[in-house]
Amino acid sequence: MAVKKLGIQTVKLMNPPSILETATITGSKEGEGPLGQYFDVVLSDDLYGEESWEKAESKMTREAVKLAINKANLHPDNIDYMFSGDLLNQIISSSFAARELQIPFFGLYGACSTMTESLSLSSMIIDGGYADYVIAATSSHFASAERQYRFPLEYGGQRPPTSQWTVTGAGAALLSSSGSGPYITYVTTGRVMDFGVKDANNMGAAMAPAAADTILRHFKDTGFNPAYYDLIITGDLGKVGKELAVELVKKGGYDISNIYTDCGVEIFDLTEQDVHSGASGCGCSAVVFCGYLYKQLKEGNFNRILLISTGALLSPTSSQQGESIPGIAHAVAIERSV
Amino acid sequence: MEKKLEKQLSEEFKNMVDKNNPQSSIIKDCIFAFVIGGLICDIGQFFMNLFLSFGIPEDNVGFYVATVMVFLGAFLTGLGIYDNVAKYAGAGTIVPITGFANSIVSPAMEFKREGYILGVGARMFIIAGPVLVYGISSSVIVGIIYYFIKYFVK
Repeated sequence: MAVKKLGIQTVKLMNPPSILETATITGSKEGEGPLGQYFDVVLSDDLYGEESWEKAESKMTREAVKLAINKANLHPDNIDYMFSGDLLNQIISSSFAARELQIPFFGLYGACSTMTESLSLSSMIIDGGYADYVIAATSSHFASAERQYRFPLEYGGQRPPTSQWTVTGAGAALLSSSGSGPYITYVTTGRVMDFGVKDANNMGAAMAPAAADTILRHFKDTGFNPAYYDLIITGDLGKVGKELAVELVKKGGYDISNIYTDCGVEIFDLTEQDVHSGASGCGCSAVVFCGYLYKQLKEGNFNRILLISTGALLSPTSSQQGESIPGIAHAVAIERSV
Repeated sequence: MEKKLEKQLSEEFKNMVDKNNPQSSIIKDCIFAFVIGGLICDIGQFFMNLFLSFGIPEDNVGFYVATVMVFLGAFLTGLGIYDNVAKYAGAGTIVPITGFANSIVSPAMEFKREGYILGVGARMFIIAGPVLVYGISSSVIVGIIYYFIKYFVK
């Protein structure tokens, strides 16, 4: 019997894993943003000394994982599993990083929801007693995402105001069966939701229903209300999607507006940094969580947060064939003490 | 969310999105497109006058001007300037022939890392390709129509 299952989509972790260390590597634009001081490494060259954007992104994942392991005075050999994914075709950033790291590897694809997807699975594998040390990681790179999903970098096009800017960044979290917190306590796994948005330049709107659904489901399954948390933060809905998510959750019966924000709104200065509706990409919630939020939890500025990374499960092919954009959102509750 | 709420919200959602969507400022975009697109045309006109003053026949001067403008578009793309201007100019930088040069040079630069054959060669016309296909096709059709009209209306 699934004794740890709570309600329909939530798991309560009986032996909550502790987040031992985190590491973040970001591009220069992210470093100039309001959260720049919280990132471990800010690259001055977004190519990271490599020949291609893809190689640079993979190196960012690899180095972020290594850094997180180093901070905990461990060695890659000590790590039982690595869960990681990214946006590139066949998740090459993650698997090529895992090729170097030689940690037993589960490759994930959850688009930009990968940070909480990897945290969810890492937590459950530790709670289940299958591992003591697990890495959860993800990355995205503005330039590699643009060339795969949109236009060449030097192409002279205009972006609509609903568009978002893919974060160049990699985040890695090292989870352990022992440690002094912060702990992952609940995992709510999302369903794929599609309310029929077709505009690939408005992914915030496409993902907002999934985010709202997972938040509502989390409250229903756990019996908590928004006041339980100091902060509820979605992954990369941007300004447009954030407003829609608040409205949808409100229609579901909960008012989260005063404790809710979105990583995609926080990481950039929306008026100064020319990012239109905000940030997107796997790296967005990864570096905001592994950089800013983790440190705030450590310092006690937050006691309980609910992180909901959001993913748009489209591909250039599905868009060209006229399909609408399915969204997904996974929530993890992170608490300072248990 | 519960099934009933989900159904209701999915029906309301389109209106919610439309209401929330920030709109581009059409007037501002048109002014930028007009001014910057107009400047590009001025540069073209300048070269046309220059070539005419060199005594190049009027029938041929268009080729000379097009060559110079395509070069300028490609050159500014290579320097990484064209896309920064286009961010403001929109149609003002896409419509002139400099925009056509940009749409070919930018993928050529981007996909160089995949090699000269499958990268540059195969992807160079990824944006301009449709323009060429339909531009050439429609000019053939117009040519045939023109031929018959001339044939019958003499």
